[in-house]
Amino acid sequence: MKQYETVIGLEVHVELATKTKIFCSCPTEFGGAPNSHTCPVCTGMPGSLPVLNKKVVEYAVAVGLATNCHITRNCKFDRKNYFYPDNPQNYQISQLYYPICRDGGIGISTEDGGTKTIRIHEIHMEEDAGKLVHDEWGENSLIDFNRSGVPLIEIVSEPDMRSADEVIAYLDKLRLIIQYLGASDCKLQEGSMRADVNLSVREAGTEEFGTRTEMKNLNSFKAITRAVEAERERQIDIIESGGKVVQETRRWDDNKEYSYAMRSKEDAQDYRYFPEPDLAPVVISDEWLAKIKAAQPEFRDEKLKRYKEEYKIPEYDAQIITEDKHLADIFEETTAICNNPKKVSNWLMVETMRLMKESGIEPGGLKFSPENLAKLIDLAETRKINSQTAKEVFEKVFYDNIDPVKYVKENGLETVSDNGALRETIKKVIEANPQPVEDYHNGKKKALGFLTGQIMKEMKGKADPAMANEILKELL
Amino acid sequence: MSLMNLTATGLGEKIKDKEISVQEAVQAALGAIEAKEAELNSFVTVDGDNALKRAEEVQELINGGKLKSPLAGVPVAIKDNICTKGLRTTCSSKILGSYIPGYTAEAVLNLEKAGAVVIGKTNMDEFAMGSTTETSYFGATKNPWDTNHVPGGSSGGSCAAVAAEECFYALGSDTGGSIRQPCSFCGVTGIKPTYGTVSRYGLIAYGSSLDQIGPVAKDVTDCAAILETISSYDNKDSTSIKRRDYNFTSALVDDVKGMKIGIPSDYFGAGLDSEVKEAVLNAAKVLEEKGAEIEEFNLSLVDYAIPAYYIIACAEASSNLARFDGVKYGYRTDSYNGLHNMYKKTRSEGFGAEVKRRIMLGSFVLSSGYYDAYYIKALKTKALIKQAFDKAFSKYDVILGPAAPSTAPELGQSLSDPLKMYLGDIYTISANLAGLPGITLPCGLSSRKLPIGLQLLGNCFEEKNIIRAAYAFEQTREYVHSPLA
Repeated sequence: MKQYETVIGLEVHVELATKTKIFCSCPTEFGGAPNSHTCPVCTGMPGSLPVLNKKVVEYAVAVGLATNCHITRNCKFDRKNYFYPDNPQNYQISQLYYPICRDGGIGISTEDGGTKTIRIHEIHMEEDAGKLVHDEWGENSLIDFNRSGVPLIEIVSEPDMRSADEVIAYLDKLRLIIQYLGASDCKLQEGSMRADVNLSVREAGTEEFGTRTEMKNLNSFKAITRAVEAERERQIDIIESGGKVVQETRRWDDNKEYSYAMRSKEDAQDYRYFPEPDLAPVVISDEWLAKIKAAQPEFRDEKLKRYKEEYKIPEYDAQIITEDKHLADIFEETTAICNNPKKVSNWLMVETMRLMKESGIEPGGLKFSPENLAKLIDLAETRKINSQTAKEVFEKVFYDNIDPVKYVKENGLETVSDNGALRETIKKVIEANPQPVEDYHNGKKKALGFLTGQIMKEMKGKADPAMANEILKELL
Repeated sequence: MSLMNLTATGLGEKIKDKEISVQEAVQAALGAIEAKEAELNSFVTVDGDNALKRAEEVQELINGGKLKSPLAGVPVAIKDNICTKGLRTTCSSKILGSYIPGYTAEAVLNLEKAGAVVIGKTNMDEFAMGSTTETSYFGATKNPWDTNHVPGGSSGGSCAAVAAEECFYALGSDTGGSIRQPCSFCGVTGIKPTYGTVSRYGLIAYGSSLDQIGPVAKDVTDCAAILETISSYDNKDSTSIKRRDYNFTSALVDDVKGMKIGIPSDYFGAGLDSEVKEAVLNAAKVLEEKGAEIEEFNLSLVDYAIPAYYIIACAEASSNLARFDGVKYGYRTDSYNGLHNMYKKTRSEGFGAEVKRRIMLGSFVLSSGYYDAYYIKALKTKALIKQAFDKAFSKYDVILGPAAPSTAPELGQSLSDPLKMYLGDIYTISANLAGLPGITLPCGLSSRKLPIGLQLLGNCFEEKNIIRAAYAFEQTREYVHSPLA
């Protein structure tokens, strides 16, 4: 059988985290009663006019700079004309002729440990559409325009990816850059990041591109991986059986792991793009560009490097912590207080991750303050509480952001460092458990564990287990 | 002399002096409308009850010294493509036949702040597409000088209402001459301001890059005062321009000494009615006698203005009118089978023939494969026309010419030959393509007793030049009331 190469380009839509919509001052906030976040502009009322939200331009430029794009200093909006009820004006304000960013690219790590640049053709700004709600009790469809006019950027890559892994690596890189900028939370599941996959196959070693299809409705990295594999197989099957791949848009059904054709190129609409006459060209001055540049944060790659060098934490820890900006922020702020990067890293990597998984809380939703985590680490490091108590107190910190010092004091959780009191308790335990004591003397090491457990129980967990063990051995 | 014979600022003066109450003025206007509408049909909607209520409020504010505008208390009619909160706004189309806006256009808000009383909405060509006010879904408006003739368009209702003295002044809109041409046909005065001077927020768009709202009134003084009131920088309209000087009434000076006036010889060639030509050239002579320097010159590119205009305006219109789809507001067809059938039937039934023609024309010129050949070429032509005017205005303060090639045609003559109707816009269209201000005012009557209009064009932001020239000319003749006034 012939060898085939997969060629993939992505169109990624990202919902920007502005407070208000792109062309009016309605809130972008998710939720709210249907059509409660609307005005004449975002519902396409006659006579209404768009006014550009400057923050959208700033986010788009920031993403463009972070992805090494050329910034179009005099960019324009165009109208994309098509009829659909979720599109109140029956045209979408987008950018075709002069998109805000062009000719960029980002590096990804490849499977063989190397790096590879995925080129970015352009990034443009546009408005989102409303949402159709199908009335289950009637024959009607209803429209909620709350999302209408929420700002989007579309990041269009060149066809530079060759596998699902590269697609995921590229998307993950984009996600991290955009999250670090605070420009979006980039959640595929919730639709704040949407990726359409353009895929074709060609015989390995050939230059010419095959006919591509565009895959929509990919709501997770797993779905993307499965869809890429399935589409590759589908196209190869067609070619192998002597057929021709049809240029079309397909919709992925992740439950059935199958895609079906939505529309072919023949049905492709003529969008009759033309310059939006209601908006002036966007001029990005030197001053404005400099201001946006100055506000760029430290990105993941730089952070990763710095964490290893400055904080001397292992590569693995640094990878996980920088995976999310919120987590990285907590790490840096906590370390700044307690000056113990490895311990901070441990608390984030083990207990924080465990509780996040248990509760379904995401890094962005973490409530505890770096101050309280630092206090907790201090309590544990100075052995004021034992490790079991520390875990229990951390749960309180994690969920309710309590002050651990106050909490430990109020609940009397300090380790009993009073040697005398501990000694008394151990004596009592030895007296009360003659059989295990005998077992211990007969060489059964397990008995020691049982006795320690009894001591901890008597001490209500407040004993320092190491100290207890020492005294126990001595008394035995 | 009847109260309705007064100019807007003349009435404003009498209201201020407590000679006439606001209620009396509104009642007089409503009475005139009642008496003349059967013959004229210049209104789509008359809002008598609310106007009378509003009159009381405004009178109180005036009595309390809270309103100082020369237009305080003066009733006004608004073209029916300008949104008025709670008051039906139809664009004279079936598709918006029952549409009631949820907000008021910025220009009308500015008027209301000055104490204006809106009495109703005036008839127009459907979506401002037409030059006769015959394409209205609500029937044609008649010319008050001769009801067998059209009033011009698309602001025919506003101009006829002012000429017939159903109201004291009106707002119109001008995309290719829609204020200036009907003013010419109805013997009244109107200004199309520099693009960006009056906010378009609330003006239902036809050709967004060309549309401007402007005043229609009996004289230049009124027009200057109204323009001063409706002009504003509006951050809701991204094409709105912050101007240094809005003091248009300061140009009401009877002095044109040394003013340089250019007469484009290409505006006086074949196709221009000889009576119109004579009246307009006579007006030039009058200004010359008052000390202006008159010179003929060749503007060039005049023949290209009409095709460029119809491509750009129709392209924008095809997109602007896409929102009228039966989904959110306005007319929806009674029975349909699925979404696409609903769209198709609603729009087929809801739009008239001229609107459909322009939507199709606009969709065609934007289609892939034709965009460069038509739309891009039209934009380049537009830029060249602007350059030709820049050159002309480096030499002249004002360009003088006719507003239309003829006087008002008879009803029913124009729509059968749309191309001929489009050619009638030849003298007005260029100002929209170049964004220039223009004024039309009466300069004579034809042998059939139909008004002839004089058009003065100025450079961008130079409204004061055309206001001054128009005012100086106006001082040399008496205002002639239409037979229906």
